Amino acid sequence: MQRIGVFVCHCGSNIAATVDVKKVVEMAKMEPGVVHAEDYQYMCSEAGQSKIAEAIKNEKLTGLVVCSCSPRMHETTFRKAAERAGLNPYMVEVANIREHCSWIHKDMEEATKKAVILARAAIAKVNLNASLKPGESLVTKRALVIGGGIAGIQTALDIAEAGYEVDIVEKTPSIGGRMSQLDKTFPTLDCSACILTPKMVEASAHEKINIYTYSEVEKVSGFVGDFTVDIRKKARSVDMDKCTGCGVCQEKCPSKKNSNEFNRGLNTRSAIYTPFAQAIPNVPVIDRENCIKFKTGKCGVCAKVCQAGAIDYEQKDEILTEKYGAIVVATGFDTIKLDNYDEYAYNQSKDVITSLELERIMNAAGPTKGHLERMSDGKAPKNMVFIQCVGSRCADKRGKSYCSKICCMYTAKHAMLIRDKYPDVNVTVFYIDVRTPGKNFDEFYRRAVEEYGVNYIKGQVGKVAPQPNGQLLVQGVDLIDNKQILMEADMVVLATAIEPDPSVRKIATMLTASIDTNNFLTEAHPKLRPVESPTAGIFLSGVCQGPKDIPETVSQAGAAAVKAIGLLAKDKLMTNPCTAKSDELLCNGCSTCENVCPYGAITYEDKEVNDHGIRETRRIAVVNNALCQGCGACTVACPSGAMDLQGFSNRQIIAEVDAICR
Amino acid sequence: MNTPKKQAEMIKEISGVNPLKCMKCGKCSASCPSYNEMDIKPHQFVSYVQNEDIESLVNSKSLWKCLSCFACVERCPRDVKPGKLIDAARQLVVREKGGDYLMADEIPELLDPELPQQLLVSAFRRYRR
Amino acid sequence: MKYSYYPGCTLKTKAVELDAYARASARALGFELEEIENWQCCGGVYPLGTDEIATKLSSVRALNEAKEKGQDLVTLCSACHHVIKRVNDDMKNADDIRTRANNYMQLEEPYAGETTVLHFLEVLRDRIGFDTLKEKVTAPLTGKKIGAYYGCLLLRPSGLLEFDDPENPSIIEDFIRAIGAEPVIYPYRNECCGGYISLKEKEMSKTMCDKIMDSASGFGADMLITACPLCLYNLNKSTCGSRLPVYYFTELLAEALGVKEEVAKA
Repeated sequence: MQRIGVFVCHCGSNIAATVDVKKVVEMAKMEPGVVHAEDYQYMCSEAGQSKIAEAIKNEKLTGLVVCSCSPRMHETTFRKAAERAGLNPYMVEVANIREHCSWIHKDMEEATKKAVILARAAIAKVNLNASLKPGESLVTKRALVIGGGIAGIQTALDIAEAGYEVDIVEKTPSIGGRMSQLDKTFPTLDCSACILTPKMVEASAHEKINIYTYSEVEKVSGFVGDFTVDIRKKARSVDMDKCTGCGVCQEKCPSKKNSNEFNRGLNTRSAIYTPFAQAIPNVPVIDRENCIKFKTGKCGVCAKVCQAGAIDYEQKDEILTEKYGAIVVATGFDTIKLDNYDEYAYNQSKDVITSLELERIMNAAGPTKGHLERMSDGKAPKNMVFIQCVGSRCADKRGKSYCSKICCMYTAKHAMLIRDKYPDVNVTVFYIDVRTPGKNFDEFYRRAVEEYGVNYIKGQVGKVAPQPNGQLLVQGVDLIDNKQILMEADMVVLATAIEPDPSVRKIATMLTASIDTNNFLTEAHPKLRPVESPTAGIFLSGVCQGPKDIPETVSQAGAAAVKAIGLLAKDKLMTNPCTAKSDELLCNGCSTCENVCPYGAITYEDKEVNDHGIRETRRIAVVNNALCQGCGACTVACPSGAMDLQGFSNRQIIAEVDAICR
Repeated sequence: MNTPKKQAEMIKEISGVNPLKCMKCGKCSASCPSYNEMDIKPHQFVSYVQNEDIESLVNSKSLWKCLSCFACVERCPRDVKPGKLIDAARQLVVREKGGDYLMADEIPELLDPELPQQLLVSAFRRYRR
Repeated sequence: MKYSYYPGCTLKTKAVELDAYARASARALGFELEEIENWQCCGGVYPLGTDEIATKLSSVRALNEAKEKGQDLVTLCSACHHVIKRVNDDMKNADDIRTRANNYMQLEEPYAGETTVLHFLEVLRDRIGFDTLKEKVTAPLTGKKIGAYYGCLLLRPSGLLEFDDPENPSIIEDFIRAIGAEPVIYPYRNECCGGYISLKEKEMSKTMCDKIMDSASGFGADMLITACPLCLYNLNKSTCGSRLPVYYFTELLAEALGVKEEVAKA
């Protein structure tokens, strides 16, 4: 028989204002196995923990139930306190009478009744608890960063600087990401490339960093500290070692009319290409879908002109298998497709563009060499209209429910830059709210208005109508003047919502990292563990976790690196002892559990068993404790009841249910 | 006579619109082809209902200027559907005795040889009980 | 192939040609429009109030008749289409309306939105196919520059009507291509003509139609086509300098299929 102590926390007024804690103590005392029960204002405090330790010693307790907040908050605290007092930490259970009870109920009588029931269930469970001992697993001292944008680069640099090996896997031919497409950055207006390229060079030159561009993560197995990852290196068709980056192949390539992704399709590129001048590595790839040699078998011009003999049409995709202790996701974002927003005529006029397209137009290496001009006829615009919140903050199915966060600032930046460089261009911005919470952000926006004369109109645009003369007629509203406005513009720029890069879904599935309804990766805790995924060993860097600007991305990238370093610095990890266990005498070798296990933790072995004196060899399930995550899928699937989860056994759960229904 | 609160509730009920969803972006008013003819603008309909000033709404010219063209309904990013609010306010009026906006004896004067039946039917539906 | 067909009030009076050309074209394309019996006027506008039942019943009757015959229900007039499709959605998805309408109707088997409602244009696009239509054209309207006038009722609300992209539609343009002419895309093709406002506020409607005409003619259209008698009426009231002739799309279809004369004779 257990000797159980019950400790009921007031949590200040969080619990005590809604739950009669004295009553919970009183009722708990009457439960089987309970030899001690008390309440205290803050059980998690030093004093509260001392009370627990004292009770363990004085009452010779063998099990504890703490009625308090969610176990996600303080289970570890109380388990550690018990361990210090000589009790096995797995003899401690937490009854959540805050989140599951006091916070969601108003009526004290009802809430107290429920708190008593929750306590009763936990007591019933502890009566059947057994001491558990965590195992150990080794840590592979190497990190994988998925995505080579500014988030991935910064995370990799920080991890590498701490002395650990890092691999970056980037799906495009170069690292650099979205930031490499930007012209200037807010609120300082420094050139994006000027601050990014040194980081790219540093990453590529770092002896601890290994970069796989034009590569994708294909398969992930294993667990925290010991992941095994398959990386597909897509065939570049160019030998990385031989290529000198001279660029002659790109000049001579006859297939030139391929949409230039880097310039957002605003101009074309050759079939063999490096995405931009500062690309790292400075080695082109052949876009096989558009290469004449690959399409027709004829051509081969690039191979002929390559002095280094680097062109290799026979190259094949390569699969590398690597081991990592930690994985950082830094897959970034893209702008949403605008097909559902044709009231703005994006698909009807070349002069209606996204803000990211404007970045390319403003950039000296862009399709217009940095001259502000219309994509339809190359004419310099006189009137420009910016529309904010296109696809952001939408409750309908067309757009995204969230604020994309960066648009207010980059629109102010664009407006200011245009007014600065082309003072005769009139710039109008239609906005719903201007959101500028950031250091020097509001001052920046105000400068656009006050010093650069950008015309901000509170209101939205209902329709952009292309006119026969090539102008765009913008029909909007000024909510301050309460007037509908008709305004001719030469160009309209849409502050298009951003969304996580579509590749993230596949990656999240491989990593068993959870994503929200908008495909942003979920944090382990939105406030206290913002750069960790709930899946151990997976860390989050940059916009894959939520919209953010460059300074925030870089900060978060560093934070993710620190978390990864904290993991890599350990030689061994304690494994969760709450794993599945197969009763060899009950197992009938059917393989059902093996088929449902999402972690590949179950294998079958032929093993000699002694079934009540009969010795025979049977095929039975064996659980690899290092791989098992304790999800319990196998225990439900097992038809013979042989599988059980340690710490959450079928008997324990039934006892809890019985206690609730009593 | 119903209280303003009750009237506002009726409008919300008839229209099925929740004015609290509005983020006051003005896209409805930016889209409305009748905007210049209206005294209370489409985006204001939402706040009038929210503020329970139904008296002003039912006396507004706007009730009879809305075309039910659904441009505001289609483009509203918050799914508020201001056009349905306007229609509900119009129904509050026409459902009252003497609230008809179109009388049968006006018709002969409004007719012309090409006028399609559809126009009369639609106008009767919108302007009368 | 037989479809149940709901002509609506105006197609029996001021817009007989919209109806007649459609029937003749259907025959030429190998399908039949079977007019449902004792149909009643749809009311011209969809009753927006969620508590309106009686005004939806005529649509429910038509829908149920098609259901009993096991046929899809085809409409031609934009307004009828709009009303009947939305009522059908109510009967499918709004429990309260379905229950109350059925209580009223006392049908043998309650109606719950089983009928598929198709606009004649949807039949051409989704059942016949514009490629097939193109093959059956005997007198292509080569050289004609035609602006499609959609108006509002065919397209909005798009989530419910599921007819086409509400801001950048293509079905009538594809139709124009299929009959051998050249579509002219102009931005006001989905702006309202004024609808029923033209009864009492003629100027308002005229201003809107002038804007539509100016836009279409500015982009080089020689004519406009529409599916709606009220749009046609309102557009014809435009007195702006760029006023274009307006036709029902079925008239051009009949012409392209070589059956226009037979309708005219009949």
